[in-house]
Amino acid sequence: MEIKETAVAGTLESSDIQIMLSKGTDGIAIDLESDVAKQFGTQIKKVITETLTAMGIQNAKVKAVDKGALDCVIKARTIAAAQRAAKTTDEPAWEVL
Amino acid sequence: MKNNVNRELPEDLMKQLDYKPFETTEIGHPEVQRVAPKVTVTTGDDKVVESLEDVVKKTVKDGMTISFHHHFRNGDFVFNQVMDIILKLGIKDLTLAPSSLTGVMNDKVIEAIKAGTITNITSSGMRGSLGDFVSHGGLKNPVIFRSHGNRARSIENGNIKIDVAFLGVPNSDALGNANGMNGDAVFGSLGYALMDAQYADKVVLLTDNIVDYPNTPASIKQTQVDYVVKVDKVGDPDKIGSGATRFTKDPKELKIASMVNDVIVNSPYFKDGFSFQTGSGGAALAVTRFLRQSMIDAGITASFALGGITSPTVKLLEEGLVKKVMDVQDFDKGAAASMKNNQNQQEIDASWYADPDNKGAMVDQLDVAILSALEIDTNFNVNVMTGSDGVIRGAIGGHQDAATSKLTIISAPLVRGRIATVVPDVTTVVTPGESVDVLVTEYGIAINPRRKDLQDALSNVPGLPVYDIHDLQKLAESKVGKPEPLQFTDRTVALVEYRDGTIIDTIKQVKD
Repeated sequence: MEIKETAVAGTLESSDIQIMLSKGTDGIAIDLESDVAKQFGTQIKKVITETLTAMGIQNAKVKAVDKGALDCVIKARTIAAAQRAAKTTDEPAWEVL
Repeated sequence: MKNNVNRELPEDLMKQLDYKPFETTEIGHPEVQRVAPKVTVTTGDDKVVESLEDVVKKTVKDGMTISFHHHFRNGDFVFNQVMDIILKLGIKDLTLAPSSLTGVMNDKVIEAIKAGTITNITSSGMRGSLGDFVSHGGLKNPVIFRSHGNRARSIENGNIKIDVAFLGVPNSDALGNANGMNGDAVFGSLGYALMDAQYADKVVLLTDNIVDYPNTPASIKQTQVDYVVKVDKVGDPDKIGSGATRFTKDPKELKIASMVNDVIVNSPYFKDGFSFQTGSGGAALAVTRFLRQSMIDAGITASFALGGITSPTVKLLEEGLVKKVMDVQDFDKGAAASMKNNQNQQEIDASWYADPDNKGAMVDQLDVAILSALEIDTNFNVNVMTGSDGVIRGAIGGHQDAATSKLTIISAPLVRGRIATVVPDVTTVVTPGESVDVLVTEYGIAINPRRKDLQDALSNVPGLPVYDIHDLQKLAESKVGKPEPLQFTDRTVALVEYRDGTIIDTIKQVKD
């Protein structure tokens, strides 16, 4: 899957996470903002990286603003952002869901 | 050195400050000696002073202990006025011993610490920028956190020796007879300030409203007051307490409140003449509403409601469902306004409210207490002091004191966002599990295994699932995941006293 344009998914409401994906060249680079970064920063980055990798994205810039989202939410927002960025929202990637 | 809730305490600091580790919630029957303040004799004709600066110059010297009350909460204009003068005069090495510190005081306290003006603090709690500053090592000497009952106790036994108390009041006459009920910036009960008025060597009243002598009812009396200073404004009425109390619509809070009510109603304490204390959070206010209906349905009245008082509690008083309100502070305008109109709403001082070294405090007679928690662990220990990042952002308040009630209920959501409330081990132990009986979450309740009687009473109530607290902890962890452990340095930034003056836990500087 290839990132064609910058795309956003998610809101800044509590228990949500906003993911902005744009083209990158040097692997998956995540800039994370989170009040729970001390306790869950590594885990949040791991979920984002794994989700993108499973969708076949190797290079991307990720700006993530977390408001205490659970893993399932992080995964859902990442998938939505990736499909919007790849302009593939018409063909959901069911196998990674 | 470990205490009885398994907390490692710093031996050097314990020795240096002559502290004993926490052992038990039992107070027993020791004989204690109380202290008395110095009295500067006067007939009282010369108490009114125009210049606050002159009074500060006359009374405050390097190394002294000064105090304030927090009844104005975030509408306080007194603290910053006084501290500005103290800072300007270049006074150093003060111990700050207020009943608590509110948000409007934070920046001034930080400024005074940086200037060397404040070098020691004892308080019920701190939040915001000040909590952050102290947790990052901004104050050299550790802060001492004390509950409201323990502050009263420590003032009475001389552990806190207040040299000068600066007490803001919405009215006073020329000799210092004052109350919290009349004027612009009214807050109702003066409960916490009454300790300072009684035990400080010098008592300075600040007021924007000097009334005819003699002023009654006199909560603070002319026999206690040295100076009455006229200022422009003591407080902002709109920021003292919330206005109309809204009933929560949050389904999670409502579910918790309804289950708290089920626990009370099905406990052996729900009978005519019972007593209770609730807090001020959304769930606690909702409990009062549910409890009201249960009392009407069962034809039961309460002998008293205690503590920080809110409008829903006052409503129960007006309806005759509660006979007396024993009032140490008022959380909203309705509660504050009601005190002067209802003689069954009795102002009580912090000692009467909760001091353990007493000939009986109100909390000793309390049946049911509903309290909150930032964290509770599988031993039922509760943290209301440090946040999930380890930073100070809370207050003991009356938590340790009210938790000695016969049925202590902690009401808390299982998780808040991604942070579990029910954890294997709390960051800071404030109230020992020994005094906690039931935890109520939106998923169900857990009963302290010490309370076999409650296990029997509550195990077959429809709609009230009973869990082992370990299962609730695992349920929380399955939702949010396992957090990485917080990182602290070895440096102690605060000591948390239990209500008897022993050390229940310490707070370390956070690593960033």
